[in-house]
Amino acid sequence: MADLRLLDARGCALLLLLSVLAAVPLYGDPFTTRFFTRIMIYAILALSLDLILGYGGMASLGHAAFLGIGAYTVGILARYGIQSAIIAWPLAMAASMLVALFIGVVSLRTSGTYFIMITLAFAQMLYYFFVSLKGFGGSDGMPLPVRNTLGGIMDLGRHATFYYVVLLTMLAALGLSHRIVHSRFGMVIGGIRENEQRMRSLGIATFRYKLTCFVIAAALAGLAGALIANQILYVSPALLHWTRSGEILIMVVLGGMRSLVGPMLGAMALLIAEEVLSSMTEHWMILLGPLMIVVVLSGRTGIYGLLTKGSRSHG
Amino acid sequence: MDLVLLFVQGLNGLQFGVMLFLMAAGMTLVFGVMDLLNLAHGSLYMLGAYLAATLQVHTGSFPIALALAVPATVLIGMALEATLLCRLYDRDHLDHATMTFALILFFNELVRIIWGPQARFMGLPDQLSGHVEILPGVTYPVYRLLIIGVGLLVAGFLYWLIMRTRLGMLIRAGASNREMVNALGVNIKLLYTLLFGLGAALAGLAGMMAGPILSIEAGMGEPILILTLVVIVIGGIGSVRGAFLASLLVGVADTFGRVLLPPALASMVIYILMAAVLFWRPQGLFPSHG
Repeated sequence: MADLRLLDARGCALLLLLSVLAAVPLYGDPFTTRFFTRIMIYAILALSLDLILGYGGMASLGHAAFLGIGAYTVGILARYGIQSAIIAWPLAMAASMLVALFIGVVSLRTSGTYFIMITLAFAQMLYYFFVSLKGFGGSDGMPLPVRNTLGGIMDLGRHATFYYVVLLTMLAALGLSHRIVHSRFGMVIGGIRENEQRMRSLGIATFRYKLTCFVIAAALAGLAGALIANQILYVSPALLHWTRSGEILIMVVLGGMRSLVGPMLGAMALLIAEEVLSSMTEHWMILLGPLMIVVVLSGRTGIYGLLTKGSRSHG
Repeated sequence: MDLVLLFVQGLNGLQFGVMLFLMAAGMTLVFGVMDLLNLAHGSLYMLGAYLAATLQVHTGSFPIALALAVPATVLIGMALEATLLCRLYDRDHLDHATMTFALILFFNELVRIIWGPQARFMGLPDQLSGHVEILPGVTYPVYRLLIIGVGLLVAGFLYWLIMRTRLGMLIRAGASNREMVNALGVNIKLLYTLLFGLGAALAGLAGMMAGPILSIEAGMGEPILILTLVVIVIGGIGSVRGAFLASLLVGVADTFGRVLLPPALASMVIYILMAAVLFWRPQGLFPSHG
C-alpha cells in the first residue's frame, strides 16, 4: 500500500530526529557525541536483529555473539598491524557471516523455543571461547591502540568524524534493510514466518531463505561490532555476554518489531533509560527490570506503534 | 593410578550431572506441561542459595537452613507464577524470554541490594566437610557424595511422582495434550501453580546444595541456567527421563573435557555435543511428545 502523504506525523518525527542526530556533534559536548555514537551502533545491532526476529520470526537470544565476533576481528587484525577500516570492517562482517552460517545450519533445523535456547547456548559457547583465548586478553579482553584508519581520507580518531561515519553507516544499514524486506526475498521471509509449511508446498527452499536472512543479520551485527570496537577501543568477552543479547532483544521489542526504525528507536530509548536510571541510583536495574516487564505486558506495538497510532495501522 | 583418576573424575561428573538434573527436571516439566520458557529458573536457584546461607547464619544450624530454604523458594516461585508469569500463557515464547529476562535483572539487583555485592560462602557442618575412603587409598569429599545421593533420590522420587501418582498422571497428560486436560475439567491453573512450585523446589534445592561448593553471588544462576538449557535441548523438551540422561551425559562430558582437552576446546565440549545431537536428532534424544 503506497503511502501518498510523504510527511505524516511519523515522517515528521523521524525527520526531526535525523536533524537532531546530524546536529549532535556540532552543539553537543564530547560526552553526548560519544553517547549518541553508542546509541547509533546499538541501533544498527537492533535493526539487524529485527531482520531475523521481526521479519523472519526467528527469536535469537544469541545475537551479541556476532557483535563480539565483529569486534574481535577488528581487535585481532589491529594486533597484527592491520589498521585499515577498508580491510578490517568487511572482514569483521565476513567473520560474523561465516560463524552465522555454522550456527544457522544447526539451529535453524529447529524453531520457536528450541531456537531461543540454542542460539543462547551457541553464543555462550563463543563467550567461553573468547574467555579462553589467553593470547588475546582472555577474560579481561584487550585494548586497541588507535581507531582504524580510513585510507587517509578521514581521521576516525576525532569523535565528531567517527560520529558521522557511524551515522552514515547506520543510514546505509537502514536503507539496505528496507530494500531487503521489501524485495521478493523479504516477501518470502515474511511468508515463511506466517506459514513455513505453505511456503514449502509452493516449492520454496525455506531453509536456505532463513539461513540467508540469518547470515545477513549477522553481517550487520558484525559491522556493529567493528564499530563498537573502534568506539570504545577495547574488545572483551563482555561484548558477547548473554545479557547483552537479552538487551538487544528488549530493544527490538521495546521499539516495536517488524518496523526497522522501531528497534532503532528502542535502542535509543533503552540506552537513554539506562543512562538516566543509573544517574539516579546505583541499583538502577531494580527499576529497569519492572519497566521492561510493563513494556512486555502492555503489548507488542512498542514505541513505533505509539508513533504511528492513529495515522495508520501496520503489521 | 590413571584408572583411579578416571573414577574420581567420573564421580565429579556424576555430581555435576545430578545438580544439572535438579535444574533441568523442573524447567523441562514447566516447559513441557505449561509451555512456559522460564529463564528466571536460575534466579530461583540463586535465591535458594542465598536463603540457605542466610538462614544458616541466623539459626546456626545447617539442617534447619536446608529445611526452611526450599519451602521459602517454593513460596517465592508460586507467588511469581500466580502474579506475573500466569499472564504469559497466552503469549508467545518471545514474550516469555523477554519478561523472564527482565525478571533475572530484577532478582540479580535485588540480592545485591539485600545481601550486598560481595560473594558469600556457606560453611559445612563437621560431619559433612571431611573426606571418606571410597576405594582403598582413594578419598572423596563426603558432601559431594551426599549431593549425588540426594540427586539420585530426587530422580527416584520424580519417577514415582510422575509415573505412579494421580498428579503425575495429570502432568503426563498435560505434557501430551494441554487443551484436552483443560477440557476434561482439571483445574489447570492450580496444576500449573503446583507444577511451578515443584520446579522452584528443585531449583531451590540445587542452589542450596551448590551453596557450600560455589560462591554465592548475584548472577550465579545464569551459568547453570544456560547449561540447563543445553541439557533440555539434548534430552528433549518436556522429558524428565531425557533430562536425567542428558544431565549425566553433559556432567560427565564437561568434567572429562576439562581434564583431557586444552582449555579453549574444553569449554566448548558440551555445546559441540549439543550441536551434534541437534544435527542428527533435532527433537532431542528422548522427546516426550510430537
